[in-house]
Amino acid sequence: MNDQKQNWLGVLVFAEQDEARLADVSLELLSKARELADKLGKKVGAALLGHNVGSLAAPLIAHGADVVFMADNPGLKTYTTLPYAKAVSDIIEANEPEIVMFGASLIGRDLAPRVAARLRTGLTADCTDLQIGDYSDKRGSYTNLLLQIRPAFGGNIIATIVTPDHRPQMATVREGVMPMKPADASRKGEVRPVCAQLDGLENVVRIIERFKAEKKVNLKAAQIIVAGGAGVASKEGFDLIRELAHVLGGQVGASRAAVDAGFVGKEHQVGQTGLTVRPKVYVACGISGQVQHRAGMQEASKIIAVNSDAAAPIFSVAHYGIVGDLFQVIPLMIEAYKQK
Amino acid sequence: MPYRMIVLAKQVPDTKNVTGQAMKEDGTVNRAALPAIFNPEDLNALEMALSIRDRFGGHVTVLTMGPPGAVAVARDVLMRGADAAVHVCDRRLAAGDTLATAYALSCAVNNAGPYDIILCGRQAIDGDTAQTGPQVAGKLDIPQVTYVEEIRGIDGNNLTARRNIEGGYELVQVALPALITVVASANEPRPFAAKKLMQFKKARTAAEVKKEMQGADAEKEIDRLAGRGLLIREWCLEDIAAEEDACGSLGSATKVMKIYSPVLVAGSHKTVEPSRQAIAELVRELVEDHALE
Repeated sequence: MNDQKQNWLGVLVFAEQDEARLADVSLELLSKARELADKLGKKVGAALLGHNVGSLAAPLIAHGADVVFMADNPGLKTYTTLPYAKAVSDIIEANEPEIVMFGASLIGRDLAPRVAARLRTGLTADCTDLQIGDYSDKRGSYTNLLLQIRPAFGGNIIATIVTPDHRPQMATVREGVMPMKPADASRKGEVRPVCAQLDGLENVVRIIERFKAEKKVNLKAAQIIVAGGAGVASKEGFDLIRELAHVLGGQVGASRAAVDAGFVGKEHQVGQTGLTVRPKVYVACGISGQVQHRAGMQEASKIIAVNSDAAAPIFSVAHYGIVGDLFQVIPLMIEAYKQK
Repeated sequence: MPYRMIVLAKQVPDTKNVTGQAMKEDGTVNRAALPAIFNPEDLNALEMALSIRDRFGGHVTVLTMGPPGAVAVARDVLMRGADAAVHVCDRRLAAGDTLATAYALSCAVNNAGPYDIILCGRQAIDGDTAQTGPQVAGKLDIPQVTYVEEIRGIDGNNLTARRNIEGGYELVQVALPALITVVASANEPRPFAAKKLMQFKKARTAAEVKKEMQGADAEKEIDRLAGRGLLIREWCLEDIAAEEDACGSLGSATKVMKIYSPVLVAGSHKTVEPSRQAIAELVRELVEDHALE
């Protein structure tokens, strides 16, 4: 690889790790990065920051990285904004990738804007699709730009955003949006140690205490999801959603409206600002089905929508539509399944 | 020790209540029909600032940037107890992306004078990006603490906050000045204070006065409002010493290539009656398809 000549690096993915475990979203992004970089005829890099994280380079390569930039430093052991923003920005400035992608996790959403501000470039949050394409406006024509596609305006419209004149083009993507391709252990890649210059930034914000529970809900892996929306109307109403999920051997999902209303925890949220899921069966109960939500579930194999409003947009993506009161319909479903 | 605080608050279209009326016949959104509201998490940021003032003493200035109508937010915060409110309003600020917006806000913050704590909501409901807060902190070159749920304490120059992380929380300590983004679960914003509501419902900007009356009358009214502390300050680009070509659409790194309003076509779904028999048949079909075990 010729480093003298820049612009060999097509896509750089921030490889998020916590307690030396890679975030799924970073591996999902590598699958997408591979596809985009192949279109550009360029390489994929992964920025791996942490302390004693050398063992994480191999999975990054197996998932699509050609080069792993590894900044191993005690000051990067646990994520804090300033040293991470400095180290990631330094890797970007030294290697000039066309595109940089971050998972839209709490860490990615804290880090990416800080890096974008530092590099004075654009950043598009929560993209639901990324493509390579052309763009032209009054000021010129551009080829091979990153088309950053995201629902906007509360999920009521879908916008395609480009970053014509600034580099890198940066985007964040939620977990589950990009399918993760299987690891290929035979892939070859290079690990490049990077000496992080933290300049004391690691001491500006001190973590005094940290508590992290094991993830209890694993919606992404669920084959069956029963989800409730605003129509469930209360915390207690969700017991019925839970009961159907339990009977069918599935997990509980929710729309943003239900989460915002406090009926159920954020970890259950399906949609653009939650998780994207692809189960075999998705039962949407009392969910109106705004783009925001549909973006996260429309690839389910069988979608069953229960809603009292026959005009609810959820029916446009449903395979089976039941217009009726969920508090009457769900007990009938439970009864029918138990008697099958 | 009193703390100088600046709260960044935004007026947003109420995207969460897109109801029948806000949808046009072709299935797209009629933006004009959406009411403008105070961005919910910015109210939580204001509440956090006011409660810091209650506990430790201090001064709360709210900056709101937006079109003329956004002055409603400035009036609103005065009625809720903020010490000062400024409306940053200039056509050249329109259609900015988060980078351009953060630049202009950082200029406005610098113009507001020295500060210890900047607070804003985690994100605004129109874009949901959560980018502007961290980008303002970046532009000001101060540390940020995002997703803050609680201020545990402030000891001199050190602030301790509890912030959300994936699946848990962190207790962090930061040296001031710092920027904090606040989540909805942090607090319950206080309502208008009755006395302040009466006092500030007449608060106006000079621009508003000049719309109502002209010439000497307007000048007299502006002086009268200023004398009674009811004149809401307005800043334009020159006031905040912002470079025009770094603001608004001109200063935006990102461009909107196209917008597509998904039009819902009638789906080709199978309609199932909400009856015992029809639902039993549906379940049977799903089991036969091996969709359900």
